Amino acid sequence: MAGKTLYDKLWDAHLVKERDDGSALIYIDRHIIHEVTTPQAFEGLRLAGRKPWRVDSILATPDHNVPTTAVERASGVEGIEDPVSRIQVQTLDDNCDEFGIVEFKINDDRQGIVHVIGPESGACLPGMTIVCGDSHTATNGALGALAHGIGTSEVEHVMATQCLVAKKMKNLLIKVDGELAPGVTPKDVVLAIIAKIGTAGGTGYAMEFGGQVFRDMSMEGRMTVCNMAIEAGARAGMVAVDDTTIDYVKGRTYAPNEAQWEEAVANWKELVSDADAEFDKVVEIDGASIMPQVSWGTSPEMVLPVDASVPDPAQEADPVKKSGIERALQYMGLTAGQKITDISVDRVFIGSCTNSRIEDIRAAAEVAKGRQVASSVIQAMVVPGSGQVKAQAEAEGLDKILVEAGFEWREPGCSMCLAMNADKLGNGEHCASTSNRNFEGRQGYGGRTHLVSPAMAAAAAVAGHFIDVRDLTAQA
Amino acid sequence: MKSFTQVTGIAAPMDRANVDTDMIIPKNFLKSIKRTGFGKNLFDELRYLDEGLPDQDCTGRPLNEEFPLNFPRYQGAKVLLARENFGCGSSREHAPWALDDYGFRAIIAPSFADIFFNNSFKNGLLPIILPAEVVEQLFQEMYATEGYELSIDLAEQVVKTPSGESFSFEIDEFRKHCLLNGLDDIGLTLQDADAIRAYEEKRKQQTPWLFGAIKPA
Ligand code: SF4
Repeated sequence: MAGKTLYDKLWDAHLVKERDDGSALIYIDRHIIHEVTTPQAFEGLRLAGRKPWRVDSILATPDHNVPTTAVERASGVEGIEDPVSRIQVQTLDDNCDEFGIVEFKINDDRQGIVHVIGPESGACLPGMTIVCGDSHTATNGALGALAHGIGTSEVEHVMATQCLVAKKMKNLLIKVDGELAPGVTPKDVVLAIIAKIGTAGGTGYAMEFGGQVFRDMSMEGRMTVCNMAIEAGARAGMVAVDDTTIDYVKGRTYAPNEAQWEEAVANWKELVSDADAEFDKVVEIDGASIMPQVSWGTSPEMVLPVDASVPDPAQEADPVKKSGIERALQYMGLTAGQKITDISVDRVFIGSCTNSRIEDIRAAAEVAKGRQVASSVIQAMVVPGSGQVKAQAEAEGLDKILVEAGFEWREPGCSMCLAMNADKLGNGEHCASTSNRNFEGRQGYGGRTHLVSPAMAAAAAVAGHFIDVRDLTAQA
Repeated sequence: MKSFTQVTGIAAPMDRANVDTDMIIPKNFLKSIKRTGFGKNLFDELRYLDEGLPDQDCTGRPLNEEFPLNFPRYQGAKVLLARENFGCGSSREHAPWALDDYGFRAIIAPSFADIFFNNSFKNGLLPIILPAEVVEQLFQEMYATEGYELSIDLAEQVVKTPSGESFSFEIDEFRKHCLLNGLDDIGLTLQDADAIRAYEEKRKQQTPWLFGAIKPA
């Protein structure tokens, strides 16, 4: 019999019951919740007279709607100007209080984006099944966990039963070997993967990221990669456990205590795909060939190396793809064949669950240090992913470097990633953004998003247009 | 979920084909943080003469006196008589939520849109398919008789008219079972509560660090 993949092991370890119709009940270890996708679920529990099955499995924080300016944040929930947002945040607080759920509230210094605070607090651990009413939950797969997003009905289902009704997915291995060139980051790796396999390339699969590049990658880098698995169509992305994983987890607030530590580590070391495991599909990419990436269109697969030119629909034979390119060029206000480095940027957003951790802030600050945001750029903001990231960055003096360079330094939250709060793009504005979705209108009505790494975003802020960050730093 | 066994109540008309979910509950009411309270905005654009706002008190709004649900004779209706392809359009679960919140327990039509049909079962609302000519007969009898009531017996799978005439309808056995017993997905999963508990006990032995680290208030 062939060995098991990491996903097979995680699935088997959580199987409560297989049903006749091919579905299964999967036990959920950790449930992270936020204000947008939970109100109806709590309402459902109340209407049915139910209580959460295991309150100690749940951790809550508001993130999508919270304002990120220090002024608006100063008076907590009360201070949120938009009444609809305020009610959603208040409702989360009330629900958590009512059911006794631990919540990092708006001005708690542990508050932050759900997918940042989970690993950071140790609430999310290797070997767990982790769900959250948000499609970027796969971020946690970096820990060697089975993590994915769920809908509101499923949020209620998991709260009430501690289980999810699921069907087993197929196994996909994305293997990136070799060594990354200097200046190439995890974000560039994942964008290159999506460019190669497409936004539906992972549909129906659990996606494991393997190979030398991921072995050499930091935990935060692995989180950036797993975060965007959904942009390649895969509900779950994951990386096998190694010493990097274990070192990362050690000492975190909710990590196993000393008495349990050795046993936990022994358990986690099993969380790798067996050498003879069989994957349904394997995609191999040469790590050394990856360049810094910039998305030019309105889908995360519309991505190119920074030295490339925007595609020409006339060169495309497939009529569906051709019209897709035409539509995207029109929405993005670009002309066929235009060089990526000739696209100027109006705003810069460094943040989101993809790139708002300390390593991301450091990368941005390193580029910003001693430079200035170009005068043509209306706004460049850095939004840390959590209160902990913010505190750490400030302790390292990164906030000062960024502010001196002309960036705004904000309070933690989702912010301009989806523009549910006041942070948004104006109609027609181009944004160098470290977030994960470049859909039409995602960052504001008519806004034009270009997905990049934190270093590339900072470089674009300084240059006023896209530029290979390595060219910028070489000029110094 | 509410169970459905027998319902007897006034029938009211939605006498047009292809009623879409946007018509059932317009999109400006989807910002709500609740699953309840959509009843007052059911068919909002048809029912009222002004434009509705979320969270608005609807009691003083000008009613469209020509819309049947505003007629005194249909107040308190529990059964909605409808035409072909009821519930088409967007997949919003707010549509069955709104019908249920208004007080409807069943909808009778010659055909339904798929997603709406499924969503209804999840919310204790019974969509009944009857042949077009039977639906036409019910419409005519309802228009002719003020206070016209229909009785629905799910176990027997019949709709009875005031004159005692009865029409049987088809329903998937599994869905019937769920509705009769008020079982939603959660209810069904909870039938395996023992298996879940047994798994949990085993897991506590094997991986004790996964339990109790987060200390609820
Ligand atoms: S940062 Fe963006 S993608 Fe991430 S959870 Fe928030 S809104 Fe979703």
